[in-house]
Amino acid sequence: MLIPDNLFYTKDHEWVKIDGDNAIIGITDFAQSLLGDVTFIDLPKIGLIIKQTKPCATVESVKAASDVYAPLSGEVLKTNNELTSHPELVNKSPYESGWFAVIKMADETEKNLLMAPAQYKAYIESSQKK
Amino acid sequence: MDTSFCSELVCTPLIDKHKELGAKLAPFGGWLMPIQYNSIIEEHNWTRMSAGLFDICHMGEFAVEADLEKSNLDNLVTVNLKVMPLGACRYGFMLNEQAGIIDDLLVYRISQSKWMIVVNAATTNGDEAHMRKYMNSATRLENISASTGKLDLQGPRARDVLNDLIGGDIHLRYYTFDYFDLLGEKIIISRTGYTGEMGYELYMPNNKIAQLWEKLLADKRVKPIGLGARDTLRLEMGYSLYGQDIDKNTTPLEAGLGHFIDFDKEFIGKPSLVKQKQDGLSRRMIYFTALSRRSPRHNYHLFYKDEDIGSVTSGSFSPSLGVGIGMGYVGRELIPGEEIILKETGISIPAKVVNKPIYKNGSAKCEVKNAYTR
Repeated sequence: MLIPDNLFYTKDHEWVKIDGDNAIIGITDFAQSLLGDVTFIDLPKIGLIIKQTKPCATVESVKAASDVYAPLSGEVLKTNNELTSHPELVNKSPYESGWFAVIKMADETEKNLLMAPAQYKAYIESSQKK
Repeated sequence: MDTSFCSELVCTPLIDKHKELGAKLAPFGGWLMPIQYNSIIEEHNWTRMSAGLFDICHMGEFAVEADLEKSNLDNLVTVNLKVMPLGACRYGFMLNEQAGIIDDLLVYRISQSKWMIVVNAATTNGDEAHMRKYMNSATRLENISASTGKLDLQGPRARDVLNDLIGGDIHLRYYTFDYFDLLGEKIIISRTGYTGEMGYELYMPNNKIAQLWEKLLADKRVKPIGLGARDTLRLEMGYSLYGQDIDKNTTPLEAGLGHFIDFDKEFIGKPSLVKQKQDGLSRRMIYFTALSRRSPRHNYHLFYKDEDIGSVTSGSFSPSLGVGIGMGYVGRELIPGEEIILKETGISIPAKVVNKPIYKNGSAKCEVKNAYTR
């Protein structure tokens, strides 16, 4: 299970890459492996204000549709158009070409609610034991 | 993987094989079964292209013996047991008095007085109870599910694979079966399946099913396929799944399966079906393809010109077509090509009505020798 060192994570298995005032978001390797083949992604519209922990996108796999929750609040600046025709990028490269959106962070302190890589790793391990 | 599951769920005899292959396991019909080994889409495409091997040990089998002059067995199923040729398979139903579907099933005629009936996993015990309740003393039924393993080999290369395994030409026509010598057993192989591809169902005693599994998987043309792909393959064909598309509250006519009913014979539920035929249907099954990759799901509402006319029973992404597909009951007649919208809170999927099969290029009924060159 890939958990890059330079990212932050949520309990719902989204990742965040901080880039100055902006944040790039996506779903984790663990999330994509649980979902299986991703077949469709409903991305937020550019300019939309998303709120931390609230649904901001939908990911469909062969079996089901799942909500993606915003890891941080902010304005959507850019979305990954490649995912419209190639949703499988989320399976192949969840942290690189499978990114979802870039947002302009509204509140820096929200970062405190995210998990560091080691914490996220421990969180996955404990949830798998249940 | 936690095997304590097996105390509440029945484990397939191939459970260790599935674990070795890294399968994701999940409960299905009271059994712990492999859902996928790697990727549902890859497994689906492999079955349409080459040959897929499915563990179907969960399904139920009854060995039935009856003298049809004295037995009322024929009354229990919609299949006309009397006129079935030896070596034939027939798809049909067990119905209740209201013509609700107790189960859908496959009947094999073994001899003049012997049949095998293959039923769904979750309904096996209920079916047995229903049959024992109705059948008279001239009918003998043995539930052989626990000792009978079943593997499905499906795909355009399935025949070549089996020919190499058996060392001859298997030469079975669609919906027929025969006995073949394999691993020291005389086993039933039928030219049937649930994928729309040329393929076979193999019945092997449970204690040798793992050997058969290994032997088939040793062939490079064959890959193991989970129940996830089995579901997308059958949905592309518009085949009903018991418990989801059909159940005790639906009739074969509503489900669009009336052509499998022989109205020239008597069976439980026939008067209700005849009445439904005369009165007309209040709902019927339709099939549809979405205009995008977005896929409808079970229970999504079906709209026609702003009117809620029904709901989706099965919906999924179609790996073969690259769009969402599904089936569901509606309260009015719709013709292929008509536009509908599938809705759920915040979701609206435009789709169009199509005839079944939704996927048209299956090799199931193919009779030419090199079936896979299509």
